Amino acid sequence: MGAIEAGCRYYFGYPITPQNDIPEFMSREMPGLNGEFIQAESEIAAINMVMGAAATGARAMTSSSGPGISLKLEAISYMAGMELPCLIVNISRSGPGLGGIDASQGDYFQAVKGGGHGGYHMVVIAPASIQEMYDMTMHAFDLAEIYRTPVMILGDSVVGQMKEPLIPHRRPKTEFPAKDWALRGTGGGEQRVVKSLFLGDGELEAHNWKLHAKYQQLQEKEARWEEYETSDATLIVTGFGSAARIAKSAVMMAREEGLKVGLLRPITLFPFPVQAFASLTARCKKVLDIELNTGQMVEDVRLSVARDAEVHFYGRPSGTGSLPTPEELLEQIRRYL
Amino acid sequence: MFMSGFGGQGVLLAGTLLAHAAIIEGKNVSFLPSYGVEKRGGAAHCTVVIADGDVGSPVIGNPSVGVILNQLSMDKYARKIKVGGICIVNSSLVDLFEFDRDDVEVISLNMNAIAQKVGDPRMVNMVAVGAYAARTGVVSLAALAAALKLSLPERNHKYIPANIRVLEAGAAEIARNGEQLVL
Repeated sequence: MGAIEAGCRYYFGYPITPQNDIPEFMSREMPGLNGEFIQAESEIAAINMVMGAAATGARAMTSSSGPGISLKLEAISYMAGMELPCLIVNISRSGPGLGGIDASQGDYFQAVKGGGHGGYHMVVIAPASIQEMYDMTMHAFDLAEIYRTPVMILGDSVVGQMKEPLIPHRRPKTEFPAKDWALRGTGGGEQRVVKSLFLGDGELEAHNWKLHAKYQQLQEKEARWEEYETSDATLIVTGFGSAARIAKSAVMMAREEGLKVGLLRPITLFPFPVQAFASLTARCKKVLDIELNTGQMVEDVRLSVARDAEVHFYGRPSGTGSLPTPEELLEQIRRYL
Repeated sequence: MFMSGFGGQGVLLAGTLLAHAAIIEGKNVSFLPSYGVEKRGGAAHCTVVIADGDVGSPVIGNPSVGVILNQLSMDKYARKIKVGGICIVNSSLVDLFEFDRDDVEVISLNMNAIAQKVGDPRMVNMVAVGAYAARTGVVSLAALAAALKLSLPERNHKYIPANIRVLEAGAAEIARNGEQLVL
């Protein structure tokens, strides 16, 4: 719904649980909107169809889950190099390999640290509710267009399959740069080229510096996070997506007991909210990071906090019955207070 | 509340129905499904959090109400129900003999038989939801009846009257036999 409201009329995908609700919905909605829904012959085909549509300047997307995203990485790297805006949704599975369909955050590294080759970044957003999935999908398309970059929404079966009330709204008006790069036929004008191959002397280095400047700009301007009860906290709990949602309840329970605990939830994973961690840990010296894996985002937390801050970690790799409960996280909070 | 059974018993539909009814009642709600990869016969459960304020975590360690539709769920999950909570059990498929908790209220209903008598054997889930609504008062039967339209695909709307009958039958069991059934 968020993608459609954002003007996306091109969806290309290949089925995999637990993200099949997205193609199911798109296959129903797109024909009536004069859009295109294609169930491609493979994940690789789907992402290359996204590449083609994006090259014309259209808003296009695909969605998949861990193993499917692995297959798409080559094309994602190409699109980062070609500076093509698009949305990729990963409702991740538990892994490695075929893994299972339980909620997992094992794909953080893959999403945030490139995944594909060549040292690129893409914007990665990790919503924690259905409303945020909707809002951030619209935001993702806007960021993709403003910065000419692939954007990923990273979720799991909790935020991917949960049902909650949603308040739909119109897309906020945003000014976008002219798409003077889009391939729409020259109409007698100048030739346009969208490519990731730069063979001339110094060309590729210059291109990479340009990408680097873009990533720095994203870091300065587009990091987003949620803070809850942090002002007097002596322990900051952090985590992203569904883990943070469970952790927030644990923080609420701790507050009811009078424990001074707060929550810092990165909403964007790239750009990572370095600023928020640095400023909070200038005062509060203890951080507890909670993830549905054995420790991935915690590396970025350690790089972002003040030098004298302690960073603790509690994680559970996913599998049937491994989703931590707020009660379990409250026990962890008590350990570090 | 937490509801658990096997695939085919309608656990996920029951959760969706409760979620829609809660919205109709003006409450906040989250519905979190969980199921095995099997189409039928695998484990299926869901957690529905209904709140006047913020829902918070959709994952709950100790639910205040557990609805247990088969033996496996009884063995695995009945011990997680909050102290002082309510355990609504489908006695058609669950043996309560070994259940030794006396710190929860047990409501034992022959759900398969009730469903079969009033509507359709597949409507076990509606007996459970009707009983849940009547015992807790969290959602009204009217809200549930209205929510059926939102929860069932249109091709199944013709079964709405039968579903309402079974919801009412589940609720009636609480009203009629409540005293005797509470162990």
